[in-house]
Formats: sequence, structure tokens, C-alpha cells
Amino acid sequence: MLGMLVVTYIPRLLPVWVLTSKPLPPLAVAWLRYVPVAVLAALLLPALVVTENRLDVSLGNLFLWAAIPTFVVAWKTRSLFGPVIVGMGIVAAVRFIM
Amino acid sequence: MASLETTSALRWAWLRGVTRATPIVMGYVPIGFAYGVLAQQAGLSILNTVLMSLLVYAGSAQLIAVGLFATGAPALSLILTTFVVNLRHLLMSAALSPYMQHWRKGELAAFAYELTDESFAVHIAQFAESASPKAEVFAVNVTAQLSWILGSWLGAVAGQLIADVKPLALDYALPAMFIALLVMQIKDKRHIIVAAATGLLAVVLALGGLGHWAVIIAALIGATLGVVLEIGD
Repeated sequence: MLGMLVVTYIPRLLPVWVLTSKPLPPLAVAWLRYVPVAVLAALLLPALVVTENRLDVSLGNLFLWAAIPTFVVAWKTRSLFGPVIVGMGIVAAVRFIM
Repeated sequence: MASLETTSALRWAWLRGVTRATPIVMGYVPIGFAYGVLAQQAGLSILNTVLMSLLVYAGSAQLIAVGLFATGAPALSLILTTFVVNLRHLLMSAALSPYMQHWRKGELAAFAYELTDESFAVHIAQFAESASPKAEVFAVNVTAQLSWILGSWLGAVAGQLIADVKPLALDYALPAMFIALLVMQIKDKRHIIVAAATGLLAVVLALGGLGHWAVIIAALIGATLGVVLEIGD
């Protein structure tokens, strides 16, 4: 757990610690603007379409199809709570019915 | 009198910070709860479950870590995965740095400890508007972490009563959170192109057997694509 602490803290600390001493070149600033979108998309899509190391875009992939209404709610509300509750609610409801 | 006014201003700053953290709290309590339950299922004690939320404080990494822990993965693999998953904060921390030039090193150290995707989203939006008092910034962070710890603890306690996480869809907390966070970051068409391309690349790399490295490699290429598109326009 202490190992996890160290590897979590260092990436959070280092840039803000070092970079506040000098301004960044504009190209680096432009690049940094795309980083959050890129990282989140890279975390999300495999979680939706990869099941046990195989591509799964079948009708039976509940995670993938539940993502559609979750996206809609996220787009409308731009909140964290709304889409999380709707997404989990739909997955729970479908599992209950099936 | 001056000290009284300062105290009152400080109190207002904290109050504003706590209010600003409300959306994060609404997300962290249920997701922290999901983490707590899954940690119990993986065989972690209540103390260790809560301790991880206090010491590590990284939602995605904690959820992935308890998943790995359940499969009996070695400690080194947990640490390495945490590192790769959290490398994105390197980039978020860098993105905040232009706004924090006047902060003291000790303040930066305390701030960075509680930097998460959600607090990043709140701070970057706020900093772009105006420089908020440091007390307010810290109030957001502290409130967010307290709610994460509370959610974890509730989940850890409830976890002993919950036999299966699937009926409650607790295993969908993480993907749903990624969707919410991703949508919050999307501001124009280039962001959508970058998100789609990076996501597809991550899937290809993951299927290619790169594991969690797929995320960081796809993200580095995806962000570069964004800049290339920007220059091309």
C-alpha cells in the first residue's frame, strides 16, 4: 500500500512542483490540453468492449449498451452523480429482469 | 478587528470550497461505497480498505487494485498498475501548473496529494475563471477526500452483508465514472476526434496484450494527435 502511495503521489506532485518555477512552451501547453480527454477515453473504451481479452460488441454486452444512456445523461447534466447512478441503475435493472 | 475580518473571510472561503465540492461528493460516496464492497469481497480488512482511501486516494487505481488483489496478483504488479493508471495525473498536474506560480512548495505538496480527476476538473474550470483563495481550493480537496473515505468505510461495513456485487451493478461504477469525466472534458469537435481515436487505439493495444500500458501509450499518441489537428486547422 505504501508502494501504491508513492507511485500515486509522485506523478501528482512532480509537474506542479517543477513547472511552477518556469513557464511552459506554447506547444507543451497545447498538448497538455488534450491529455485528460485522451487518458479518460483510453481508460473507458477497453472497459466497455473488451471482455476477458476478447473484443465483445455483441447484444449480450450489457456494459456497452448501458453506456449509451449513461453518455446521454452525462451530456445533459455534465455531473458525476447523475450518469453514475443512471448507468448503475440500468445495469442493475437489466440483470434483475434477465 | 483585522484578524476578525480575516477569520470571517477564511470561513467563507471554506464554505464556498465545500459547496463547490458537492458534485464530487455525490459521485465519491457511491463509487467509494462500490470500492469498499469490492475490497471486502477481495478479502481486504475494513481497516486496510479505509487506510488505502486515506493513503493512496486514487479511485480508479484502488478499484483496479482490489480486482487484482482478488486474483492473487503479486504486490509488485499492484504497484506497477497503480503507477501506470495514475500517470495521467502527471499530465493534469502539469496542466494546472501555469495557474499556481505563486504557491509555496509546501502548499503545492499538500495540494498534489489530493489531486484527482474530479478535483482537477473543478480546479481547472475555476482557475480559468479567476484565482480563488487557497483556503477554498483546499476546502474542495479535503471535502472530496473525506467523502471518499466515508464512502469506502460504508462500503467496507456493508460489504460483509452483500454476497454478490452484480445485482447492485457496483462493477459498473468505474465505467460510468469514466463516461461522466470524459464528457465533462469534451469542449469541441477536436476533443471528440481525439477521444474516439484514443479509445479505439487503446482497445487495439489492449487486445494486443499490452495490459495497462495500452492506456498510457494510447493517451500519449492521442494527445499528440490533438495538437497535430490543432496545427492543421
